[in-house]
Amino acid sequence: MNRFTDGSWNPAIFDLPLSSWRERFLGVEEIQASPSGDAAAAIVRLGQEGFTVCVNGETWPEPYEKLWHLRYAPDGRLVALGSREGEWTVVVNGVAWENRFSFVWNPLFSDEGGRIAVAFQQDMAYGMAVDDVPWEESFPNLTHPLLSPDGASCAAVVQTEPLNEGDIFKYRQGIYTAAVGGRPWERRFMNAWSPAFRPDGGSLAAAVRLGPSDYTIAVDATPWEETFACVWDPLFHPQRRTVLAPVRRGGSWWLAEDGRILWDRPFVQLWQQRVSADGKRIAAVVAPSFGRWTVAVDGRPWKADAGEMVSDPCFSPDGGRLAARFKEAGRWTVAVDGRVWNQRRGMVFSPVFSPDGSRVCVRFKDKGRFGYLLDDRPWELAAEAAWDPVFSPDGDRLLLRSLEQGVFRRRVLPLADFGKV
Amino acid sequence: MTGSKTPPPAKTVDEGLERGIAGLTEERIRRIIRRVLAGETGARLKAYVDTCIHCGLCSEACHFFLSRDRDPAYSPVGKVKQTLWEILRRDGRVSPDFIKEARIIASTHCNLCKRCAMYCPFGIDVAYLMLVVRRICHLLGVTPLYIQDTAHSHAATLNQMWVKDDEWIDTLMWQEEEARGEIPDLRIPLEKEGADILYSVIGPEPKFQAQLIYQAAVILHVAGVDWTMPATPGWDNSDMAMFVGDNELMGRLKRAHFETAARLRVNRIVMGECGHAFRSVYDVGNRWLGWSMPPIPIVHAIDFYHELLEEGRIRVARRFEEPVTLHDPCNVVRGGGLHEKARAVIRRTCAQLIEMEPNREHNYCCCAGGGVINCGPPYKKHRVESNRVKAEQIAAAKLKGAKVVITPCHNCHSGIEDIIHHYELGVETRFLGDILYQVMEKP
Amino acid sequence: MNELYRLATGPLLWAAFAVFVGGSLYRLLELFLLARRRERFLFTYFSLRYGLRSIAHWVVPFAATNWRRHPALTAVTFAFHLCLLLTPIFLLAHIVLWEEAWNVSWPALPDDWAIGMSFVVIGGCLFFFARRRVVPEVAYVTSASDYGILLLTAAPFVTGVIAYLQWFDVRLFTVLHVLSGEAMLVAVPFTRIRHMLFAPLTRAYMGSEFGAVRHARDW
Repeated sequence: MNRFTDGSWNPAIFDLPLSSWRERFLGVEEIQASPSGDAAAAIVRLGQEGFTVCVNGETWPEPYEKLWHLRYAPDGRLVALGSREGEWTVVVNGVAWENRFSFVWNPLFSDEGGRIAVAFQQDMAYGMAVDDVPWEESFPNLTHPLLSPDGASCAAVVQTEPLNEGDIFKYRQGIYTAAVGGRPWERRFMNAWSPAFRPDGGSLAAAVRLGPSDYTIAVDATPWEETFACVWDPLFHPQRRTVLAPVRRGGSWWLAEDGRILWDRPFVQLWQQRVSADGKRIAAVVAPSFGRWTVAVDGRPWKADAGEMVSDPCFSPDGGRLAARFKEAGRWTVAVDGRVWNQRRGMVFSPVFSPDGSRVCVRFKDKGRFGYLLDDRPWELAAEAAWDPVFSPDGDRLLLRSLEQGVFRRRVLPLADFGKV
Repeated sequence: MTGSKTPPPAKTVDEGLERGIAGLTEERIRRIIRRVLAGETGARLKAYVDTCIHCGLCSEACHFFLSRDRDPAYSPVGKVKQTLWEILRRDGRVSPDFIKEARIIASTHCNLCKRCAMYCPFGIDVAYLMLVVRRICHLLGVTPLYIQDTAHSHAATLNQMWVKDDEWIDTLMWQEEEARGEIPDLRIPLEKEGADILYSVIGPEPKFQAQLIYQAAVILHVAGVDWTMPATPGWDNSDMAMFVGDNELMGRLKRAHFETAARLRVNRIVMGECGHAFRSVYDVGNRWLGWSMPPIPIVHAIDFYHELLEEGRIRVARRFEEPVTLHDPCNVVRGGGLHEKARAVIRRTCAQLIEMEPNREHNYCCCAGGGVINCGPPYKKHRVESNRVKAEQIAAAKLKGAKVVITPCHNCHSGIEDIIHHYELGVETRFLGDILYQVMEKP
Repeated sequence: MNELYRLATGPLLWAAFAVFVGGSLYRLLELFLLARRRERFLFTYFSLRYGLRSIAHWVVPFAATNWRRHPALTAVTFAFHLCLLLTPIFLLAHIVLWEEAWNVSWPALPDDWAIGMSFVVIGGCLFFFARRRVVPEVAYVTSASDYGILLLTAAPFVTGVIAYLQWFDVRLFTVLHVLSGEAMLVAVPFTRIRHMLFAPLTRAYMGSEFGAVRHARDW
């Protein structure tokens, strides 16, 4: 692979021109940037032979009839889903898995990126495969594929028996459940959704429907004793090892923990609950009144709110600070600890905290051009594409990856130089 | 049901209803009714019931009433009388058989088209009252089988047609490949984070009408739109949960849809030519979730085609020559005010538009919407017979020369096709996208 | 009879007005609180502009499509409601009572007009009665209470006309007139005559939804 950077955190700019790719290939799909910014890749079209992947100007050795879903794993490996002779597989750094399937989709990476999972369909039977090892048991259908954060375990919602269309009675008896590592839970449900692993992968929770209007959370196949009018996605508390989930009762939404109401007040809406890494604080997106949205921390909503959308709340690594995306009057911005930034853009992406939580940087897009905001200060790069910013481990520098006038650019800069280089 | 001229339709056997009421007790019925009335309804129900002076002026708004020889049992207020008034009068003490009849009336004798709200001097929303009845029936487990199955599909797969996760992606790839036969560099970009537009469709498109995805891809490609489609559930904007009364499931579907768009960081959602889905994402499902308006703007295909043509991003090579007439879909006309834009698109793409009368907000419903067509074959005959006025409208337009009925809504499209067939009208139905695709300049 | 007259025009009248005003306010407040408690979202969509736009199209005769479809009904409805509201307010005999009690007065209708307008109200009631009997879709949804409301509405006008024209026992019919008028006032908050309170709200809400959200007309 053509190394065009020094791969270090030393402040520098490295450029990789991509314009020649357009001449070399019949088509170049979306550029993917590696986490370290040392590589840029894209699925490229060759003509009769089909597709391959071009990384820093070099192509994977073998073409595929079709390639899609090219993504970098957190550990820097480049993964795509490819097909040959009508069979699909996972291709990692140009090397295909040995297993072939009728179809594969939804590749998942463990937090560190060491493990790769994928959902597959083989002769109309469904399962998951982790690092080229398929589940032994397969199912008539599979949804919500999930890999545990450490990659040790994978799960999905599965349909355990075939169902003829129109058989509403069999459906009500319950043919859905969660399967972990290919083994379905003993208990069946009318529906199951949104499974979530405990961070150590040792336990699984899922939202389930016991009857047409009885919802609850099941943890390792055992439903909570309490049922609700509706529930949203469960989340394990990393320290308390309990399960948190928004539940609907009396026409309002509450945050529940192991079936008991946790916060003392309900909301018009409550979802996207998050727990700080130290486990001390819980936050969620809430609507304190109809049509007004904000973030609540430990049950207390921020005063600042937005009328259109609030999403993706995220704690700083030390749990001390909290940011979320806010949208008002068609414009997006970021709110940090209850203070809404002044800068507004057509789109802002996920806020990124520095390791000590003191700085927040976010990528934005406005009128088709990308740039960054650092603590509410803009840098209008006017890039055709850009990727999320990365703080150096000491928090002093930023790694920015962008595509500007056909050139992939890797920038490492001291925070003081933000907007200058 | 005294006073009704025609006997109720021949007793249809619907297992969903029969088995639904089999286990019902009057005590449970009363409990659920009280739960809904005390816990889920409020000022609207009270005001509507208290304000109605039984004047019958809503009757002529209803295509059922008009098509069934002015049978009063089919007038909007007549349907309320047979269902909700009785429930209120008897304080919920009604029988399982009553619930079955109420379900049939609320789910198959009313399309929730809201035309009657424009004919009632007080603006009483009979569609809302019918939805309250549907809600009660849902909680009692009494739902026509076909639409219940559809709702089950929504719950299991987050789409209407049991389309599995891989089948969805596979269909998009297939359509991309097909379209590349026509435009070699065309793409259906999957999972493109940060695209300007998410294009969303309804379940039947990948299941039965994949060519519509092909056409949309061509239009979007030629117009140079920065767009994407998700490779995850959440792609389906349709919503039969809304129509069976399963509000919680409706909320789940709409949340998945909007969060999919939010995850892909798009600015707008452009949807295909579907009316009920527009209603669901525009002012029903989003409200149940707490969003006063869609959190990410929803642009219906009519509106989007209008934008592309006005901005010159799509140019017309040669206008569609056969005279066309336009069926105004309730959910995007009375529900979204897109009637003039639809006409503007037709003026640009077609040589001659022959108006049906009445039209625009005063159009007659197709009789398929509101989940009625989704209640399936047991009710089909009743449905097409209940829209003779639409057949007469189309026949009149045909007399003036119309050969094609443009129906920019999926349910309307199917409903109008059934009507054309039943009444042997001898005209064709087309989506607006069919026309645009046919007449546009392509590379 | 004198006792009864004094009672009817004294305490009972006060009571009737109190119930009418208090009851009406209570009904409106009740509805408002119900909306606040259970359907607070309704307030989000209430739009003064579009609410009034809709009301304007429905309070003007023949401005709405459905009014144009039913010319006779429309003519009767508007004449009926106008006379129903104006006659009692501008009747000289009523104004005299106001003047005696509160020392306030305003221009009165000539008595001939008032009688004519009373006949319009009575005629309207007969028209609505006939409509309830003859038009199938109206008959289908008509209940005893609908006739009751017609009777309640017609009674003060019928008795008033009889008393004025001195056809029978004037004092008896004057008392009956006062009592039936009071009955009608009292009935407003407790029968479907309260459409006079709620109709502007339901119309305005539908007008708001159609105008501000749906971008469509509702008339």
